Amino acid sequence: MSAILQGAGAGAAAALTPFNSIDSNKFVAPSRSSLSVRSKSYIVAGSDDGTNKSFGSSSLIARRSQPLMIPNAVTATKADTAASSTSLKSGHELLLYEALQEGLEEEMDRDPHVCVMGEDVGHYGGSYKVTKGLADKFGDLRVLDTPICENAFTGMGIGAAMTGLRPIIEGMNMGFLLLAFNQISNNCGMLHYTSGGQFTIPVVIRGPGGVGRQLGAEHSQRLESYFQSIPGIQMVACSTPYNAKGLMKAAIRSENPVILFEHVLLYNLKESIPDEEYICNLEEAEMVRPGEHITILTYSRMRYHVMQAAKTLVNKGYDPEVIDIRSLKPFDLHTIGNSVKKTHRVLIVEECMRTGGIGASLTAAINENFHDYLDAPVMCLSSQDVPTPYAGTLEEWTVVQPAQIVTAVEQLCQ
Amino acid sequence: MALRLRSSTSKSNFLNILRYNNLGFGTASHAARHLRTHDPTLLRVSQNPISRFCNTMAEKLSSVGENEDANAQVMDFPGGKVAFTPEIQFISESSKERVPCYRVLDDNGQLITNSHFVQVSEEVAVKMYSDMVTLQIMDNIFYEAQRQGRLSFYATTIGEEAINIASAAALSPQDVIFPQYREPGVLLWRGFTLQEFANQCFGNKSDNGKGRQMPVHYGSNKLNYFTVSATIATQLPNAVGAAYSLKMDKKDACAVTYFGDGGSSEGDFHAALNFAAVMEAPVLFICRNNGWAISTPTSDQFRSDGLVVKGRAYGIRSIRVDGNDALAMYSAVHTAREMAISEERPILIEALTYRVGHHSTSDDSTRYRSADEIEWWNKARNPLSRFRTWIESSGWWSDEEESDLRSRVKKEMLEALRVAEKTEKPNLENMFSDVYDVPPLNLREQERQVRQTIKSHPQDYPSDVPL
Repeated sequence: MSAILQGAGAGAAAALTPFNSIDSNKFVAPSRSSLSVRSKSYIVAGSDDGTNKSFGSSSLIARRSQPLMIPNAVTATKADTAASSTSLKSGHELLLYEALQEGLEEEMDRDPHVCVMGEDVGHYGGSYKVTKGLADKFGDLRVLDTPICENAFTGMGIGAAMTGLRPIIEGMNMGFLLLAFNQISNNCGMLHYTSGGQFTIPVVIRGPGGVGRQLGAEHSQRLESYFQSIPGIQMVACSTPYNAKGLMKAAIRSENPVILFEHVLLYNLKESIPDEEYICNLEEAEMVRPGEHITILTYSRMRYHVMQAAKTLVNKGYDPEVIDIRSLKPFDLHTIGNSVKKTHRVLIVEECMRTGGIGASLTAAINENFHDYLDAPVMCLSSQDVPTPYAGTLEEWTVVQPAQIVTAVEQLCQ
Repeated sequence: MALRLRSSTSKSNFLNILRYNNLGFGTASHAARHLRTHDPTLLRVSQNPISRFCNTMAEKLSSVGENEDANAQVMDFPGGKVAFTPEIQFISESSKERVPCYRVLDDNGQLITNSHFVQVSEEVAVKMYSDMVTLQIMDNIFYEAQRQGRLSFYATTIGEEAINIASAAALSPQDVIFPQYREPGVLLWRGFTLQEFANQCFGNKSDNGKGRQMPVHYGSNKLNYFTVSATIATQLPNAVGAAYSLKMDKKDACAVTYFGDGGSSEGDFHAALNFAAVMEAPVLFICRNNGWAISTPTSDQFRSDGLVVKGRAYGIRSIRVDGNDALAMYSAVHTAREMAISEERPILIEALTYRVGHHSTSDDSTRYRSADEIEWWNKARNPLSRFRTWIESSGWWSDEEESDLRSRVKKEMLEALRVAEKTEKPNLENMFSDVYDVPPLNLREQERQVRQTIKSHPQDYPSDVPL
């Protein structure tokens, strides 16, 4: 495998902005890194022919989020100054749903095949306003309002993708995509394989999920648990405006079907993101806070509970390493593994239910791969195996709270 | 409609209402919105004062006692004006007579007088017949091969050759096909070779699908025939999506999807038809109503007058055709295709036919239906013999050509079978490739583990799958 770093560095040097060049030894070239050959501590982007399979624009920067992290935990815990963001000279502030919309709009501008379909996405602008204004700009056909049948419009998106379009299928709530399971599993996940590679299905299936504020059991589901087994799909979860936009763009450009999980309660997070174009790597985890004592793996909304707990933990003298795993399928075992090898203790904090959630799979993966590096059993904090109750107080107790995280860390670090 | 009108003024108002109703979409502004989507210059909805949301508002306002007589008793409702009736009247669950079935050749293959049909040239007609014969021979040989243990599975299309070939002949190569699993004839028409069929059934390395799917789950990107997915009716929404894609690209092509009477019970059928109508998508829904869904007869599948009446429920133009009349199938599909593309609408075609063969090689249909019934359809309503009579009477076919064709195809088919059987299977790497565009770490690891297991236990590993 050639050290494409140099090649990429040379070609992309012109595109590097000042702040990026600080960290050029961690720079990831903008080519598909799922074939990355990992050596020691840096990544050599490893596609053999060096061609840019997924990302057309060579002026793009696929950033690793680590470089500008300020190691002082106290400042890195507030929800609206998420540690992974950049302290840029030029940037603009926006909310997470606006970041999603910005990413979507940029991709629709860039490629006329990109289209959106779902319920109320057109003139209404989407239930969470992610597609606001897009129907006005791109027309009714490209931002398509569909009748209420998730299986049908997901199937429609798959058929359209097989004939050349790149649809983004919006589920009004991820829970509704249970109705689309047939199409997602049987057609979306399988047709590329069973057709012998003849037909690709570059769809993005996205929507809000997770436990909200008293939305009731049916609207508080964690679909990543159910979908994680489907072969052929990729799953990512965004948690900040920065990675929301980056993951949205990367997902749209990916040739594989990608499910992008958003969280109902994170849509109004505010952050400043770069003005220039960027994408996030779909298979990468995000280092939120480096540390030495324990690795805390989390994603989506639980990241904020973890960071809040981290504040308390730092005051108590602990130094937790917090990683937002972001890529739910496949797991970024490289980042996770490096962390485990350093800290030897793992705590997983998730919103999924105990049984069969992402945490369960991650626990198994870590035990299998990094067993020798663990000084304590992997601990996983999840929601209980109950439908989410409507009552606000009960609902709160089904979700992992910072106090529990603190206790768990103290327990693991004894 | 038994609306008893009391006064002549009411009657004239009623006639006005009927006139307005012919717009189909009710108010003029709504119809204009329908036209707007075809106009490429009107890109921005906001520039067009008649956007969907505004339209609803406008309708609401105008319904407040407009220019209607106080005695007129009509309601402005989305979709058109609705007249009231003081009588309790239920729409009957079925009409007295069943929807008639379009056919052009009678049971004996004679052209029915005064029949409307799309003329086929000698070349097309002969190709149609030859392909029907080829399909029949291929089915018989593959079925026998499965019985002999050479193939693991097969599903025949016996009895439905006319639907397969005639519909394919009426389409253009750019029309994208979303099959169920009983339409290999469409592939055959488009040029899929007997060898390619055999390769897929044997799952060898020359198979397009790289040996991953069951037999008869063909797929060809080149011939615009989408890989068969075993799940019932899931291809219907896919077809609507493809039609939407073709419409967006303004292509002179439509999507065509096939399904059976059983498939029409699936939720996807109803949703797809509804979507296609709302999206104004150029898609042909061709239902092969062959009487049986494995062992379930149509009387246990639905209680409507077949499939054709369901179209209207979704606002879709529909037709019932004699599926064993190749000429009628050709004409119906040809006409429907033109309508679908030029008018940007879906069309539902119900082709009445009979599944002469078993559901598949895993089924023995004599367990749930009489052998007489099967025999009758195979003889009296045979699609091949009817069409053959017609082409012979047109002077385009003869007994000699028949026997030549049959012996040639049989030989070719047996040879294809022999070659496919001997061809190597795809190697192990193909078990893991194409799951994603590039195999991720976990799959590469799993492949490594499989190879390791094989190394330790080579005797358990199949000898005909290369590593």
